[in-house]
Amino acid sequence: MLQDRDRIFNNLYGQEDWGVEGARKRGVWSEIPAILDLGHEKIIDLLKQSDLRGRGGAGFPTGMKWGFMWPKRDDRPRYLVVNADESEPGSCKDREILRNDPHRLLEGILVACFSMGANASYIYVRGEYYNEASHIQQAIDQAYEAGLLGKNACGTGWDCDVYLHRGAGAYICGEETALLESLEGKKGQPRLKPPFPAAAGLYGCPTTINNVETVAVVPEILRRGVSWWKQFGRPRNHGTKIFSISGHVEKPCNVEEAMSISLKELIDKHAGGVRGGWDNLLAIIPGGSSVPCLPETICNEVLMDFDALREARSGLGTAAVIVMDKSTDIVEAIARLSHFYMHESCGQCTPCREGTGWMYRVITRMVRGEAEKREIDLLLDVTHQVEGHTICALGDAAAWPVQGLIRHFRPELERRIEAYRARAAA
Amino acid sequence: MPKLTIDGREVEVLKGITVLQACELSGVEIPRFCYHERLSVAGNCRMCLVEMERAPKPIASCAMPVGEGMVIKTDTPLVQKARQGTMEFLLINHPLDCPICDQGGECDLQDQAMAYGYDRSRYSENKRAVAEKEMGPIVKTVMTRCIQCTRCVRFATEIAGVEEVGLVNRGEHAEITTLEKAIDSELSGNLIDVCPVGALTGRPYAFHARPWELRKINSIDVMDAVGSNIRIDARGRDILRVLPRLHERVNEEWLADKSRYAIDGLKKARLDRPYLRDVEGKLKPCSWDEAFDLIAHKMLALDGTEMAALAGDLCDGESMMALKLLMQSLGVPNIDCRQDGAKLACDPAGDAEAGFLFNSGIAGVEEGDAILLIGSNPRWEAPLINARIRKRSLEGDLSVGMIGPAPDLTYAYEHLGEGPDALAALARGEGAFAEILAKAEKPLLILGQGALARPDGCAILALARQVAERSGMAGEEAPDSWNGFNVLHTAAGRVAGLMMGFLPQAGGYELEGILASCEEGTVKLVYLLGADEIDTARLGKAFVIYQGHIGDAGANRADVILPGAAYTEKNGTYVNTEGRVQLARLAVFPPGDAREDWTILRALSARLKMPLPFDNIGALRKLLIDSNPRFGKLDRQIPGVWGAFGAEGPLDPTPITSPILNYYRTDPISRASATMAACSAAFVTGSGEATGIHG
Repeated sequence: MLQDRDRIFNNLYGQEDWGVEGARKRGVWSEIPAILDLGHEKIIDLLKQSDLRGRGGAGFPTGMKWGFMWPKRDDRPRYLVVNADESEPGSCKDREILRNDPHRLLEGILVACFSMGANASYIYVRGEYYNEASHIQQAIDQAYEAGLLGKNACGTGWDCDVYLHRGAGAYICGEETALLESLEGKKGQPRLKPPFPAAAGLYGCPTTINNVETVAVVPEILRRGVSWWKQFGRPRNHGTKIFSISGHVEKPCNVEEAMSISLKELIDKHAGGVRGGWDNLLAIIPGGSSVPCLPETICNEVLMDFDALREARSGLGTAAVIVMDKSTDIVEAIARLSHFYMHESCGQCTPCREGTGWMYRVITRMVRGEAEKREIDLLLDVTHQVEGHTICALGDAAAWPVQGLIRHFRPELERRIEAYRARAAA
Repeated sequence: MPKLTIDGREVEVLKGITVLQACELSGVEIPRFCYHERLSVAGNCRMCLVEMERAPKPIASCAMPVGEGMVIKTDTPLVQKARQGTMEFLLINHPLDCPICDQGGECDLQDQAMAYGYDRSRYSENKRAVAEKEMGPIVKTVMTRCIQCTRCVRFATEIAGVEEVGLVNRGEHAEITTLEKAIDSELSGNLIDVCPVGALTGRPYAFHARPWELRKINSIDVMDAVGSNIRIDARGRDILRVLPRLHERVNEEWLADKSRYAIDGLKKARLDRPYLRDVEGKLKPCSWDEAFDLIAHKMLALDGTEMAALAGDLCDGESMMALKLLMQSLGVPNIDCRQDGAKLACDPAGDAEAGFLFNSGIAGVEEGDAILLIGSNPRWEAPLINARIRKRSLEGDLSVGMIGPAPDLTYAYEHLGEGPDALAALARGEGAFAEILAKAEKPLLILGQGALARPDGCAILALARQVAERSGMAGEEAPDSWNGFNVLHTAAGRVAGLMMGFLPQAGGYELEGILASCEEGTVKLVYLLGADEIDTARLGKAFVIYQGHIGDAGANRADVILPGAAYTEKNGTYVNTEGRVQLARLAVFPPGDAREDWTILRALSARLKMPLPFDNIGALRKLLIDSNPRFGKLDRQIPGVWGAFGAEGPLDPTPITSPILNYYRTDPISRASATMAACSAAFVTGSGEATGIHG
């Protein structure tokens, strides 16, 4: 189990002062000039060595991402955009950072801006996060007042402005290019890639979009050193991570743990175990609503990191662990997720616009068993027609939960269809 | 030049093009719905997915730029499956109403469903329905058929410059909407063409025909002086619709609304037999012989100087040439083709064709970096030239100045003044815009008929010429082969008339003189060849012969009516404002006793015992070419030789206005058109509220 001294977010539960004074007491904003003295290349190089992977769900290596921005190729302004539009059902890790440790994010922004040569940063906060937006704005004001941000931030000579932007409640605006569109004042619809944001992002300028947690952990990695960071987790999956455990557990919680912890250990140690004991477990969605669920057999063994979950044909996503015990109607649960993706599809590209509704309608019938058995294969085929054919990853996100359901709970679907038929015949 | 492999074949293509274009170039067809060459890339239909080596997912070929060493596969099971999937998704919520859909037979969705889709539906849920949207008298909507490709949105915002169409809501509820407002654009008919499905179809054409029933005739449009290339679709004797034909240097693939939908005017108030005005002053039908007898009786009794001839806006070159020759044989010096009184070719010594042509060419507008508009509202006078200016404007680094009216042109411009004094200041090199013109590499000016059809038109022409020479648009200072002096005509027949010299002969009157002499009574006979835009009240007691095809102002005043053919009913030569000579072709025969115009004049000449020297249109065209070799150079845009034109004179301080006060009602055909009347009520004269559903 991760020791308290190894935890980065030492005010995750808001027991201490989240303001600038409290943050400084906990070590936030310390050694920033020394970190910036490393220089742009060195910081990015250290991040590459650390194997830090983006905490927003896709797990893209952060050092490589920042490397796209530096060295500068032209004189256009460059931007850091912090994705705080945490809308993935089950996920609430960024919320705690914004609420209880906003200065960790802000110091991370300064380091990130500096290393990528950006002088301006935007934090795009989910609209529903009212108190979080309020805290982060107060934190920004405090930081400006203390000379930590703005002109000559922390006395390093680097100018770093931070702006807060509140979203209006669309899930799709958490997709990085849709977020940029929304930030520019347009309708939140994902952009085509290429060009990637590092080439033409916000207002056509080089932009990097990072998740809150990714940005917030960077200064601590640089302060404590890459070797400290790499002692946690398996190769390519190093570090610590905030897990959001919800659902049928005794004590739902957010907890920072080492990567590659086993799922069972995570739940037993921090969430008080599955309601009614581990044997009462039906399935777990290990990484937020958009990844396929895993049945108990896999949950017994699987490790919580990018690669292990990928091998288990699921994903770490945002590490939002949704636990479902045997009282759960798994089909209805997945149907509810399908409804969510249908509702949140932006409607721009065909497979997602049309496919999400189709999937939802078929699976809704399957909740009652009102379907043919061959429609299970039809449904699976539809998910494959959506997956990978869309502009953004929402199509994949809509397809995967259904695929997970069919992969692991096909007998349940068939049983319902048979039961419905039997009822109808009677 | 990147090399890439497409379906196993290595091709070398231009840098910067997309994979889809590269595939097209190498002969591989890629299905698509949202992609349109002239619009920005949306990449949303996902029909053009192809497989790219080392890419984890299929890529949208319309949005992917080509790269060195790319390996593209378009014929793999993965691609086939992706296409089938997309096709299936597009169809699940598409109504099965092909039998009552006007797009049927020319529908991208139908065609591609045949070629790339599944052969049956697997979708058993309810289909979505979408409420109709109001798009005005030209565009009919059936929005349930919409596949959300957003071509219409992109056309409206990018090409037409009206941000009145958009995609609202999200997911399944995403729909195209116009905010309950007709689309206030002269290019709205193009939405019908860009729509790949039956969501946007032609309202006037609705339920009239199937595309396979139509005869398709390539011709030239005459509703403005752009000379748009069109395809006339006819069934039997009816012309059902007009579509644009691709001509990169003229109309690209667009067409203005009037050109497209004024054709219903060709069925109204047609002159389909000769008429005579009887003693009671009423027009009564007569035979050709009776009409010719009366004309011959009148003409042979008069001296040449007592007669006059005016050619109208829609005349073809052949009929004007025939009339000019007939007038020559009768010794009539009073002929004019400038029925608006424009002071073009006003200096007897100045014969430079550069003085009445759009010398830079329509496509040349895209090369310009500073544009001066003088007395012209190109949005109404030539919507497609306006679209070119907008296209150029969107590329950036363009300054536009305007002298005269201040309409909404869909791009930003600086209004330099209303009267000719602003032009005089520019000619003296005064003001900030003069500097812009001087600094510009390829400046151009567009001189409208509004600035020329006024008493000081000749002086304005001279001033414009001075501006052109001072700022290096034309003449010695201009860059090689650049001539940015452009006269924008509004009449399709005008340039041909000027080119052949359908102008007052030695000692003859021009329009104003002819009308004044008619009032005085010194001119006793006027031959109107389709001339309707003159003040017929000023024809006095003159004997008026009207040869034309629609009962409008000219026919109303006429003593004899000779029924001619409309532009769709004859083979004729038209010269657009650039001086580009193009041939219009007969699509349907003229109604009733009406005849092609040159044959009427030829027959009349025989009755007058002074037969014209041609017996067929070939011989007549030879005479046209003899009058000006330009007539022989088909579809070429050659700038005029820079020379003397215009004459200095006193300026009239009254503001310059555009000659077109209502785009939808400019000529006999559009005035007779019910569609154009509805457009006029919707966009110009009415309160601007939605029509169409209001009847």
